[in-house]
Amino acid sequence: MKKYMLDMTVKECINIHANHCLLKLISDCTLPGTLPGQFVQVRVDNSPATFLRRPVSIHYIDEVNNELWLLIQKVGDGTRMMSKCRPGDRLNLILPLGNGFTIPPCTDNECKNLLIGGGVGTAPLLFLGARLKAKGHKPVFLLGARTQSELLQLQYFQAFGTVYTTTEDGSCGEKGFVTRHSILKSVRFDNIYTCGPKPMMKAVAEYAFSSSISCEVSLENTMACGIGACLCCVEDTREGNICVCTEGPVFNIDKLKWLN
Amino acid sequence: MAELKINIGKLSLKSPVTTASGTFGYGMEYADFMDIERLGGIFVKGTTAEPREGNPYPRMAETPAGMLNAVGLQNKGSDYFIHSIYPKIKDLDTNIIVNVSGSTVSSYVACAEKMAALEKIPAIELNISCPNVKKGGMAFGVTATGAAEVVRAVREVYPKVLIVKLSPNVTDITEIAKAVEAEGADSVSLINTLLGMAIDVNKRKPILSTITGGLSGPCVKPVALRMVWQTYKAVKIPIIGIGGIASWKDAVEFMLAGAAAVQVGTSNFIDPAISMKITGGIREYCDKYGFKTAAELTGALEISGNV
Ligand SMILES: Cc1cc2nc3c(=O)[nH]c(=O)nc-3n(C[C@H](O)[C@H](O)[C@H](O)COP(=O)(O)OP(=O)(O)OC[C@H]3O[C@@H](n4cnc5c(N)ncnc54)[C@H](O)[C@@H]3O)c2cc1C
Ligand SMILES: Cc1cc2nc3c(=O)[nH]c(=O)nc-3n(C[C@H](O)[C@H](O)[C@H](O)COP(=O)(O)O)c2cc1C
Ligand code: FES
Repeated sequence: MKKYMLDMTVKECINIHANHCLLKLISDCTLPGTLPGQFVQVRVDNSPATFLRRPVSIHYIDEVNNELWLLIQKVGDGTRMMSKCRPGDRLNLILPLGNGFTIPPCTDNECKNLLIGGGVGTAPLLFLGARLKAKGHKPVFLLGARTQSELLQLQYFQAFGTVYTTTEDGSCGEKGFVTRHSILKSVRFDNIYTCGPKPMMKAVAEYAFSSSISCEVSLENTMACGIGACLCCVEDTREGNICVCTEGPVFNIDKLKWLN
Repeated sequence: MAELKINIGKLSLKSPVTTASGTFGYGMEYADFMDIERLGGIFVKGTTAEPREGNPYPRMAETPAGMLNAVGLQNKGSDYFIHSIYPKIKDLDTNIIVNVSGSTVSSYVACAEKMAALEKIPAIELNISCPNVKKGGMAFGVTATGAAEVVRAVREVYPKVLIVKLSPNVTDITEIAKAVEAEGADSVSLINTLLGMAIDVNKRKPILSTITGGLSGPCVKPVALRMVWQTYKAVKIPIIGIGGIASWKDAVEFMLAGAAAVQVGTSNFIDPAISMKITGGIREYCDKYGFKTAAELTGALEISGNV
């Protein structure tokens, strides 16, 4: 896919939680085609601590309004600068980057897809859910967080499929981790897609593997270039060290060395 | 409009702006963002005789105005380059220069010999300075005798343009430059990365898997510029300036200090079209100050009256 470097305009920057914001960007030109699971590299200027671009997943693409949404967790200077954007500010992005999730063929619309997200890792799953629904699938979301207020964007997820939740403190949905949710026992899924903290993804991968369910995970290795030039972002896979920014960020668990 | 064409020995470059090894892939990675054929040359990824897996992740740490890397020369080896990459890039209308790395004199020679046989590779850049390789790399570049030894051996099998890339992790870079000039190098390029380190205070652990790594980006520019100037005064062969170049102004500074050409490295990650902006800026600078050719900028630094 051809990559572009674009200046985009901030339409809205909504603080949806103390640590998270939703950034809606509009493009002057028609947005290039993108796939769920792909990411962008955002340039963050005017901060000595943010020299490199910041990789961020595509949260959602609103084709009608030519908008690209990013869901951002404030962890350091770069993400904090992004969360302080105001309407009208310009941000420079490189996109679309990476491979994206595998979408089952539309003829196979009986296929049961489960999208498991934790924390800000839910970001790419909204776009994935939207595309799955557009193809005639009925995606099921299983979203986990520490507590209710950290379950992000629930109303948007509900527009594309059924949403189940878990919280560690039991304030919303079932209490505990996503991998313990009862839906995993009551429904036999064909595909699992997951993004979130690594321990969560590993637990999901183990569950999927032991249940013989096909599973794709989205990795967040630290990056410099984002376009396959520097070889900084490698994951140690069954095929050796390969770049997460070009051959990922989405990997089938068969390819990774996570499971024995 | 000023003429940008310059020469590095027998090698003719359409512009003094080239891209640095390990930061520009094989060029194709950047083709969506700019016309890579407008570059003076592309220094492709470090290539070794045998495949190398490189160092374990994490390999990168961001630092103020720069980054540390510990890639460790991951590449699929010279045969893979010849069969799978060379056919795709050989017809590009720019100089494709292979960065040849190794861990022993014979492995440098083996790789250089294979590159000599490739018609469309007009030059190699001998990387005697990579700080990431536990064996070899560092050892050759940090002593004049080590550098001379590997250049002498490679010169015997490599008749085309031989550029030697120098390490800044030395007491006196001019000694190394003079030693490789004496062994018949056609040009020197400098600097490679500076050895550095980064720590995660929360984990009380080093960030890089290798603990130390190579520092690059704008933070190294003043050091690189100083070394280019010192080397310009010490050798007669052309110099290719590298280190933190992020704008046309940086590039002009390197040329004034004595560089015949420049390589843009880490800045490609922030703006993948930066080398074209730098090329345009150099031309405008020449026009503004009445330089008819970019080559006239080399060493045009005016010292008298200032000191
Ligand atoms: C493909 C990809 C997609 C991503 N998608 C999103 C997204 O949709 N939303 C979002 O909020 N974030 C996402 N991230 C993570 C995001 O890029 C980092 O949080 C961001 O770069 C941190 O920058 P900073 O300047 O705020 O923090 P820094 O000051 O750079 O770092 C703050 C802390 O976070 C840690 N950190 C930084 N980057 C990472 C990383 N990649 N993985 C783990 N720890 C890290 C650092 O070690 C440090 O402890 C994604 C990362 C990748 C590689
Ligand atoms: C990720 C990365 C990989 C590199 N790989 C190589 C390499 O394979 N061979 C080499 O000679 N130099 C390598 N370098 C060094 C650069 O070519 C250059 O000398 C150095 O980064 C300084 O220039 P800069 O500050 O413009 O990046 C690498 C640098 C980086 C950042
Ligand atoms: S971030 Fe540079 S190769 Fe992936």
